[in-house]
Amino acid sequence: MIPLQAQLPDGGWTYVVSIVAVSLYVSLTAVGLSTLFSLPVALGIGFTDFRGKRLVTAVVNTGMGFPSVVVGLVVLILLSNSGPLGSLDLAFTPRAMILSQFILATPVLLSVSLSAVEGVDQSVRDAAYAMGGTRVDVGLAVIKEARFGIVTAILAGFGRAISEVGSILIVGGNIVYSDGQSYTRTLTTAITVEARQGRYEVGLVLGVILLALVLAVNGLGSWLRNQGRGERSV
Amino acid sequence: MSMQRRRFLASLGAASVVGLAGCAGESDPSGSTATQTGGGADGQSGGAQTGSGQIGDGELVLATTTSTYDTGLLDALHPVFEENYGVTMKTIPKGTGASLRTARDGDADVILVHARNAEDKFMQDGFGVNRRDVMFNDFVIVGPEDDPAGINGMESATEAFTTIAESESTFVSRGDDSGTNKKELLVWDEAGTDPSGEWYRAVGKGMGDTLVQASQTGAYTLADRGTYLSMQTEIDLAIHVQGPLQGGPVILKNPYGVMAVNPAKYDDVNYEAAMAYIGFLTSPTGQSMIADYTANGSQLFFPNAIAEEPNFGQYVPQGYTAQQASSLSPQDKEYLYWVDEQVPADY
Repeated sequence: MIPLQAQLPDGGWTYVVSIVAVSLYVSLTAVGLSTLFSLPVALGIGFTDFRGKRLVTAVVNTGMGFPSVVVGLVVLILLSNSGPLGSLDLAFTPRAMILSQFILATPVLLSVSLSAVEGVDQSVRDAAYAMGGTRVDVGLAVIKEARFGIVTAILAGFGRAISEVGSILIVGGNIVYSDGQSYTRTLTTAITVEARQGRYEVGLVLGVILLALVLAVNGLGSWLRNQGRGERSV
Repeated sequence: MSMQRRRFLASLGAASVVGLAGCAGESDPSGSTATQTGGGADGQSGGAQTGSGQIGDGELVLATTTSTYDTGLLDALHPVFEENYGVTMKTIPKGTGASLRTARDGDADVILVHARNAEDKFMQDGFGVNRRDVMFNDFVIVGPEDDPAGINGMESATEAFTTIAESESTFVSRGDDSGTNKKELLVWDEAGTDPSGEWYRAVGKGMGDTLVQASQTGAYTLADRGTYLSMQTEIDLAIHVQGPLQGGPVILKNPYGVMAVNPAKYDDVNYEAAMAYIGFLTSPTGQSMIADYTANGSQLFFPNAIAEEPNFGQYVPQGYTAQQASSLSPQDKEYLYWVDEQVPADY
């Protein structure tokens, strides 16, 4: 494939595979954690009426537009050895990248799943209560009913995370080991390196791989949704 | 074409499998991030100073300039260092300004940079220890082949910059507080010109990016010779004003220094490995590897850590007179002495 990292031992194979692995590891972990966080919060906000609810929703929606470089910078300042969380030793690690992507993906996930949850008919909750369900049972019933919207939310969050470059470049440091194994280099940050060195063709190859990944994950998502639809029509 | 497509698909399949495997392995809560180095570190992750032949925690964070990284020099040096010392290198390529900041914050163990004044400040503030000269090359003023400003062959960098400013020819500046950017601003300063106007574009990118952008917009820029030579095939830019390696003005000198982050400031830096790294770069092995490193057929860096002469600051033998102006600073004189000693006459 093109002069991909000609200086690396196996024609860049290890390099490409490992940056794909790091990309997926970081983004999937961030989105997974964000899902675990966002769903209960969306249920909580969606089902309760409290003062300032509209404000909270507005803040969440604003969060979708967080500039990723600002998030990256703030996370780096927090995690830096001279910062408040410096003792955790997280600066320039994949965990720092997960943290910044979590912050970026959560508003997206929260916002979309919130509208999905709010769209669920009151009768579903009433029925779940009537059958003697606990709060958890009611929540699960709602999630089940709102699953299409929630899958969309997760996909949107993943899209935000995997295609993001600003914050992970800052907090991850774009590190690759000398044997070509990536430590904190992802597809997006690898593309910045190739563009910097004027190797546009290699950058484009990485871009195509990134697109293919996003496509594959979205394909999986719509397959899941179709499964759900089939079940429903029965 | 179809061949490539097939390889793509293969890569995609392999990638997703490995990706999933990577996830499964790394989400193991007991696995620290330090153990995912992929070979070599297994069984040695027992912590500091326990493993035999391991220095510190076995990982060394190097913050360095894009010029050492993008030229591929570090890709050549690091495997040998890692092999000999059992240390895994984590290299963060940034500009010199950003590298110094990373080190000031205690997020790097060792830095390899090229901005002597900023390095001295870093040392004087107590953040760095044991600075050594490692190697040098020079800066060159490059621009489009047809040279619209007409600076080709000038022997003064300041005169060339003034001419570019007067003709308002497009000039691309790194604008990122890197060593190259600091040097460029120094030349403007010496020239007594304050670059401003639409012809002067600060792009805030690395050296490679900046060269690419200058090439595509037909602009002039200041580049370190190493990055320029290593990218020569990618860009349409010619050297119009030579640096001191080929008889140009000494203001375009470009010496690189390595220094460890002071363990008294941050007790968790890997000081031992940092010193091993400094030792390696300045050893006969490291120095000859630097001298042997070429790109597009040219030597990019000249080692200057080893000399039989006493190693005081700015040592120049008595009676040494550079061909250039006699009113040189000791630092400039020393640099010209290195050039005379190290650079072949036909370079």
